[in-house]
Amino acid sequence: MKPEHPILLSSQGVPLFSKYGWLAIALFAAVVLVLLPCLYLFLPPSHPLHVSAYLVTLLGKFMCYAVMAMAINLIWGYAGILSLGHGLFFALGGYALGMYLMRGIGLEGQYQSHLPDFMVFLDWKDYPWYWSFTDHFWYAALLVVLVPGLLALVFGFFAFRSRIKGVYFSIITQALTFAFMLLFFRNETGFGGNNGFTDFKRILGARIADPGTRATLMVLTGVYLLGVFILMRSLLRSKLGRVLTAIRDSESRLMFSGYNPLGYKLFVWTLSAVLCGIAGALYVPQVGIINPGEMSPANSIEAVVWVAVGGRGTLLGPLLGAGLVNGAKSWFTVAFPEYWLFFLGLLFILVTLFLPKGVVGGLEKWRGKPR
Amino acid sequence: MTDGNVLPGEGSSAGYGRVVPDGVDTSHGPILYLDDVTVSFDGFRALNKLSLTIDDGELRCIIGPNGAGKTTMMDVITGKTRADSGSAFFGQSIDLSRLSEAQIAHAGIGRKFQKPTVFENHTVFENLELAMKVDKRVWPSLRARLSGAQLESIAATLELIQLKENAHRPAGLLSHGQKQWLEIGMLLMQEPRLLLLDEPVAGMTDEETERTAQLLTGLAGERSVVVVEHDMEFIARIANVVTVLHEGSVLAEGTLEQVQGDERVIEVYLGR
Repeated sequence: MKPEHPILLSSQGVPLFSKYGWLAIALFAAVVLVLLPCLYLFLPPSHPLHVSAYLVTLLGKFMCYAVMAMAINLIWGYAGILSLGHGLFFALGGYALGMYLMRGIGLEGQYQSHLPDFMVFLDWKDYPWYWSFTDHFWYAALLVVLVPGLLALVFGFFAFRSRIKGVYFSIITQALTFAFMLLFFRNETGFGGNNGFTDFKRILGARIADPGTRATLMVLTGVYLLGVFILMRSLLRSKLGRVLTAIRDSESRLMFSGYNPLGYKLFVWTLSAVLCGIAGALYVPQVGIINPGEMSPANSIEAVVWVAVGGRGTLLGPLLGAGLVNGAKSWFTVAFPEYWLFFLGLLFILVTLFLPKGVVGGLEKWRGKPR
Repeated sequence: MTDGNVLPGEGSSAGYGRVVPDGVDTSHGPILYLDDVTVSFDGFRALNKLSLTIDDGELRCIIGPNGAGKTTMMDVITGKTRADSGSAFFGQSIDLSRLSEAQIAHAGIGRKFQKPTVFENHTVFENLELAMKVDKRVWPSLRARLSGAQLESIAATLELIQLKENAHRPAGLLSHGQKQWLEIGMLLMQEPRLLLLDEPVAGMTDEETERTAQLLTGLAGERSVVVVEHDMEFIARIANVVTVLHEGSVLAEGTLEQVQGDERVIEVYLGR
């Protein structure tokens, strides 16, 4: 551009992150991807700086939640579509990898059969057809992406084409995850009924309980989290990001400006489901169990609370919210286990009343930033 | 993308970037035909066998008392509401009843709402960028970068609507009149052949109203403009032909004086 329009230049070529942004990312990478795994792996447990296996697993778990929160924020915070069923996509990703992990148990199960224990218990003689090829890691990894992705694509296509919006859409997603939970609770569905999958032994030949495997999974989760974070930022920086927020703010104006919201909604909805499914797949080997409880409606709502607390429609909000709420949960469920849900409800009410844009929005206001 | 609305001869992909390959066919003069259009809501006839044609390049004012069907007429033209019977054509060949809102916008009809509707959280600049005539499907948007010519065109529009100083302020912070102007600017970025403006000067100061009048009369000729207004002074300032709607159909049509002298019009609308 020629200099006669200097005012226009400022919206062109916005950097991906500021200098401080890159610095923070580098710091995060240094601590989570390098320092903590080293302290865990190479210091003896007696050393004061030793990081326990519990903490490594907890951090890995939190980072999976954080990605789920970012996925919800993408569609709710930016495109204005509130999903109360994202736990389903998370769980489906988890189950998809779980199938591979179950087959990795081999003959080490209770019944020393090539079938998982729950199938022996049901007196099944062979794997049902949909378990085919799940002994191959890459096929299971493909399922991790395809199952949540295709479900979201088909569901989203019909919902968005029928122009289902707002609370109606939210309720349908809630019903969807509930229906899947009931389906997965049935033993005959072939996914272990209410016990789900557990007792995993190895992944890609490595023993799941080995410190090296734990650290690797945690580091992989950290890399994934960073990748998703950068992806979010670059999506939102593009014109597509501006179209999304325009859908949120004034969908009819956008349609009369010549945009068909269907394609955009379908794209972010499916992307969000896939990101969530991969997070679920990283979650399962670290936590060591997946069962239909992950699909319970309350789980999906809790994830929405993370985003609300952190600040929806902000880049950092979901990370902060997932960390804060789950941190509080870890402490609360030990100290006052019976009061956790009351606290969660109270938190949601307080945030809605006093911090409508969450912690991040509150901080920005406090710092006196406009908007 | 897939909206069920496939144009004849358009194959299976109704990508709205290619809906109207060579613009609107106005070889017979008119750019918009409404023929016998009827729309009912729960027994109430919002439009009752409405027939209307707008010539290419014309500036037409439409007046009528509340409930006369002005907004419903715009809804039918822009695809928001489907007619129960009758037809709506854009030029000779584009059947509006078969297109979605987005496809109609792409075909070249821009609409300004009664209440100024802009993207309040986006800057003025971004509002114009979003409205600009480009391929508006998902992948092109993901990779869109503004070219020099596109920047020039945004700059020119900013100049025209006098919002250059506010280019990087959120549109929500603009005054009511400025929002009206921004929305008109967004329509111009769409490069429409036909602009539908619902009360474009509501809430404007006299000076802003005068500037709007100049802008609209300047547009006529190269674009067709349909204005729905209540402000009679403004209509007197810009109108050639005025159409009076009443109970969903055309009551009278002519110059402002002719219309104002019409007995039936005086009875239903101007009779004060």
